[in-house]
Amino acid sequence: MAVPVRPRTAQAPGTAQAPDTARRRGAVGACALLAAAALAGCGSGPVGPPVLNFYGPADGAAQYGAAAQDCTAAAAGRYSVVYRSLPKSADDQRLQLARRLVAGDDEVDIVGIDVTWTPEFAAAGWIERFPEDLAARVREGTLEGPLETATYQDALWAAPLNTNTQLLWYRKDLAPTPPATWDEMIDASEALAEQDLPSYIEVQGAQYEGLTVWFNTLLTSAGGGILDEAGTVLLGDGDAAARALSVMQRVAASPASDPSLSVAKENDGRLAMEAGEAAFQINYPFVYASINTPPPDGGGGGTFLDEQGRPSATDTGRRVVDEFAWAPYPSVVPGRPASPTIGGFNLAVSTTGGEQELAFEAIECLRNRDNQLRNAVEGGVPPTLEELYSDPAFQEEYPAWEAIRAALDNASVRPLTPAYTSISIVLSDRLNPPDQIDPAALVPELVGQVEGAVNSEGLVP
Amino acid sequence: MTVQSRATAAERQQPSQGPTKAQRSDGKRAERRLGIMLAAPAAIIIVLVTAYPVGYAVWLSLQRYDLRFPAEQSFAGLANYGAVLSSSYWWQAFGVTMLITVVSVAIEFVLGLALALAMHRTLVARGLIRTVILIPYGIVTVVAAFSWQFAWTPGTGYLAALLPTGTAPLTDFGASLAIIIGAEVWKTTPFMALLLLAGLALVPEDMLKAAAMDGAGPWQRLTQIILPMMKPAILVALLFRTLDAFRVFDNIYILTNGANGTGSVSMLGYNNLFKAFNLGIGSAISVLIFISVAIIALIFIRLFGASAPGSDNTGKR
Repeated sequence: MAVPVRPRTAQAPGTAQAPDTARRRGAVGACALLAAAALAGCGSGPVGPPVLNFYGPADGAAQYGAAAQDCTAAAAGRYSVVYRSLPKSADDQRLQLARRLVAGDDEVDIVGIDVTWTPEFAAAGWIERFPEDLAARVREGTLEGPLETATYQDALWAAPLNTNTQLLWYRKDLAPTPPATWDEMIDASEALAEQDLPSYIEVQGAQYEGLTVWFNTLLTSAGGGILDEAGTVLLGDGDAAARALSVMQRVAASPASDPSLSVAKENDGRLAMEAGEAAFQINYPFVYASINTPPPDGGGGGTFLDEQGRPSATDTGRRVVDEFAWAPYPSVVPGRPASPTIGGFNLAVSTTGGEQELAFEAIECLRNRDNQLRNAVEGGVPPTLEELYSDPAFQEEYPAWEAIRAALDNASVRPLTPAYTSISIVLSDRLNPPDQIDPAALVPELVGQVEGAVNSEGLVP
Repeated sequence: MTVQSRATAAERQQPSQGPTKAQRSDGKRAERRLGIMLAAPAAIIIVLVTAYPVGYAVWLSLQRYDLRFPAEQSFAGLANYGAVLSSSYWWQAFGVTMLITVVSVAIEFVLGLALALAMHRTLVARGLIRTVILIPYGIVTVVAAFSWQFAWTPGTGYLAALLPTGTAPLTDFGASLAIIIGAEVWKTTPFMALLLLAGLALVPEDMLKAAAMDGAGPWQRLTQIILPMMKPAILVALLFRTLDAFRVFDNIYILTNGANGTGSVSMLGYNNLFKAFNLGIGSAISVLIFISVAIIALIFIRLFGASAPGSDNTGKR
């Protein structure tokens, strides 16, 4: 094929030479002009401070952006921080960060990562280990649970920015005393259903991370665990896994349960509660802020309730918000407080950015007291600094602060392994739909699946 | 696939003409050279653009390569294929994908043919009817999938409201699959109709009139004359749609995101590549999808044999 091409191209220059070289000359000229302009720009003006790009989640963009500005101002010209928004969904955030970091993007300096990604990003070589002096400063005054999520193989790889925990939110007209255990809650829900009253227990039953969180909380509350630090699967030890699975199965299969439970996420639970269909809800503190926010951003107090507590279309003067209350996460074992799984975000320094020292400095600023308080009050995410829980500004915004603080003290952490995402995908696949769970048969299956995922063997569904 | 088979058929024709007209071979050869040269840039670009990623994916599929464990990267031979083909996830997804493909293409063909006949026979407002029929195909799949999702969600959806209270169709394997197939059919039937309409134009009106004269009823005319005459167009339509349907992704991603065992092979590949970051396994899945698609195309060409596009007697019967 190459042979016939040659004569043609050999002929071509005769006719095409003049315009061709002219074009080339023009291009050279343009380049020279551009280069001159660039040189002039660099030479005459002062060199700007290094720009640190802070890639963080889209939720809370306003607060993170404000923190970036404040930290730029505080740095007094040594660096400037620019907040860049990642997508809204956690999977998309992780994917975008991974793509940039694998490609060695030197415009990524600081990353805001979900608490479950710290070991993964550390093992993959995408984030820097914190130097000892800075690690000591981060550890001081920071809550134990969030710190654990930033630690991998005894070193600190990230700084906890904010945390999150679940509580039981319930209707005090339907349940005058909140249930202390899951058994009590299921009984109460079924009794309500028999009287044809709102009876749903809203919890995250869809096939996603939220389902793994539910399982992890029940499992650790029953005294078990998914993995130990060495990567050994603990699911088969004792009866904790079977107990946790049986709670999930009973909640989902109960005649009093929400028929959409197997696709329900956090927001579906909030909506069901605000619509007056649910009696109980396991959810994060944002539901409190939401029900007190006027539409369209929030529930505006929820729907009206009639005398029995059923949702009503007419103005009865009583809304869901008037009966909305909170209590500690229900126990699995009576008398043993539940250990809710914590969420939240950590800040880490990317290995690709080039300005690591300044980035560590900026992280200290981005997670300082003022910025954490702003994230908590305006963004709805509880802080990781212990002292903020006694701050009046925080307490005013979070009437449930005592319950949140207590839940954080009992917190459980999801397995700290680079393979966590695979484990979670495998678990949420096997646990969904929750009403089909057969605890005795599922436990050995989960052990096998999680062992495969830990070693990155086999497929994820 | 069809482009390739057309090209090979054209090449096969060339030598058979050459020897008989030896005296004109110089001019012919020059013409041919010009043709190759004109086509070469496009062909080279296509090879560069497609061959490199395909080759890279094949190479990745032979590695143990997980982004989270960079130290463990090594050559793994066919181990990834073994892991995929021995996994129940793959066969579950494969079964679901085949089911969606066969059922949706069958329904689309029947509906598409009916729409094509209607469009072909309309006397009034022809343009308007064709436009209206094409609307679903013009809507972005993700947007359409979201509207189906809302429609079938209790509380927000008008379709879910028609069902007995307490049913949530997207939470159940059978109902979810039916909705996915329904969304696929709704979306791509117009495309099928359009391709079949082009085939209908091949059917001479005189022949139909003659058949009617000989006493052939409408059904006989459809099965004995129209469908055989349309065979090449039907092959193209079914082939395109089958290959498309086998790679179904966006409708499932939005409607169920693979919940309740409704994931397709493309979803499986995506999850292993972009959630588990396991490039080896994910690439093996991609290569297996590629092979499946190639096999489907081959079966179609074999099945329809002589009427495959590019073969000698296309449209000459």
